[in-house]
Amino acid sequence: MSEPLLEVRDLRTHFFTREGVVRAVDGVSLSVDRGRTLGLVGESGCGKSVTALSILGLIPKPPARIVGGEVLFRGRDLTTLSERELEDVRGKQIAMVFQDPMTSLNPTLTIETQLVETIRRHTDVSRREASRRAVELLDEVGIPKPETRLGDYPHRLSGGMRQRVMIAIALSCEPDLLIADEPTTALDVTVQAQVLDLLDRLRREHDMAMIVITHDMGVIAEVADEVAVMYAGQIVEQASAAALFARPEHPYTEALLGALPQLEDHASRVGRLTAIPGRPPSLIEPPAGCRFAARCPYAGEPDGCAEHPPELRELRRGHLVRSEHPASERARTREGVSA
Amino acid sequence: MSALLEVRDLVKRFPVKRGLFFERTVDWVEAVAGVSFDIGAGETLGLVGESGSGKSTTGFCVLQLMRPTSGSVRFEGRELTELSGEELRRVRRNAQIVFQDPYSSLDPRMTVGNIVAEPLVVHSVGTRRDRRTRVRELLDVVGFDPTYVNRYPHEFSGGQRQRIGIARALALSPRLIVCDEPVSALDVSIQAQIINLLKDLQAEFGLAYLFIAHDLAVVRSVSDRIAVMHRGRIVETGPAKDVYEHPKDEYTKALLASVPVPDPARMQERKADRRKLQGAVAM
Repeated sequence: MSEPLLEVRDLRTHFFTREGVVRAVDGVSLSVDRGRTLGLVGESGCGKSVTALSILGLIPKPPARIVGGEVLFRGRDLTTLSERELEDVRGKQIAMVFQDPMTSLNPTLTIETQLVETIRRHTDVSRREASRRAVELLDEVGIPKPETRLGDYPHRLSGGMRQRVMIAIALSCEPDLLIADEPTTALDVTVQAQVLDLLDRLRREHDMAMIVITHDMGVIAEVADEVAVMYAGQIVEQASAAALFARPEHPYTEALLGALPQLEDHASRVGRLTAIPGRPPSLIEPPAGCRFAARCPYAGEPDGCAEHPPELRELRRGHLVRSEHPASERARTREGVSA
Repeated sequence: MSALLEVRDLVKRFPVKRGLFFERTVDWVEAVAGVSFDIGAGETLGLVGESGSGKSTTGFCVLQLMRPTSGSVRFEGRELTELSGEELRRVRRNAQIVFQDPYSSLDPRMTVGNIVAEPLVVHSVGTRRDRRTRVRELLDVVGFDPTYVNRYPHEFSGGQRQRIGIARALALSPRLIVCDEPVSALDVSIQAQIINLLKDLQAEFGLAYLFIAHDLAVVRSVSDRIAVMHRGRIVETGPAKDVYEHPKDEYTKALLASVPVPDPARMQERKADRRKLQGAVAM
């Protein structure tokens, strides 16, 4: 097997605050291959965005610091690079699209200036050539009559159009990896569908790798090949999208899927959603054992999972879970008892 | 039998103004362009639509938090658009609202107890002691630990704050609650807790909800009937099952097809449907 494009090993990013050390990312390992999409899913505060920012060296320092682990991009550890070296990687090899296109575009510069600036920062082309390329890019991301849009300021565009411009900027230097952090959360659902289609088409055409970060399981089901579920700073389950949705193993993943109202199932009006009691633990002093134990219906005394942290282990080929009580093992125990 | 709430031909226009010193109205935007619907006692009408469709403005106009430009809003047989002052306030005892953002809709300088008691104070309900008992009851009903009455909203998470907002809305035992995106600021696991709570309260107190939201799956999980809004108009309305399973309007079809569902295999089929409907959605 060839080496993955990006491999994150045991990444730890902590925030050193007055209240204490917040272990926002606490031992995350993941990898993405060229041409594939990894979905990173979890609720607010689980560390999914900090993971992405750490990969790119964009975490606010201070208070944050990468205290351990490696970020290997084409075999080179990005955590050891200087700010200058990182700047060359960002944009050119790894690009990022953020949630809110209004705050990530500069409101005082035209679309043209922002695109041309990025293109010329990373490639040695004339201003005219960069302008021509800008039109091409806007056309590629589906902006109608792109040449008439070049002189516009961001506020003249709708949310969906602004996100398309952000994507055009991200693509301008043909990155190998695109990280999209909640790229459609601020958009209406019909526009979201268009932007997700666009990202997927671009990934195929450019043979890019993508990491899509979202809280929305539906978005994951739509775009991801592989999925990593995060909870309280750690990956708790990792599998192919097909396996994760068909056979979720971690009690948290199961609960999360059960808590979703169903669009295509009328029974949910009559029944109740399976709410997850309580809330995630504080990351200043996370529980010694399994971080989900306090909310887990299966955490019991005998196995001691509330005291001893479970390891992320491979249950089946390619299906990793961090729990003493994965669904398939619970089923086996039940059979054993009844037999 | 007449409905608890009857809305007929509701219109709300906002002026578009120009000029720095001599402001003049150059145009009008019709946010709500003739909307009619009924809600029966104990029933939930889900009002769905994308941003700018006029769904929240409709909710505000129903409660007269914003005065409609024209049209009729009859609640418990009384025409609200003609009421003002004391009369309107009395009617509002029975019609309350829960807002989207539990961070900005609770006064940060008031304690939890005072926030929940405020409607009781405004409407002079009971003695100070009665009110204190009632506040504890209400917090208990919504699953908020009553021992925290003297704390401030910022000390609590989004889900807990939304419980405070719901307790406040329940204080006067209303018959109708307008829920304006009540769960869209919350995480999925917390969202499910609040949806379940709203359903339990409905069963217990016979509440009617006008449930306004953009998330079609959330709306389906709480609503008996659905009204789909697009550009200020209701483009389709009917029992939830019919609207979701056999939508007639082209916009409703496109809207439903756009929603990603948490099932990769099903998603592939839906993407194919989506492509057929792309024309109905203006970019």
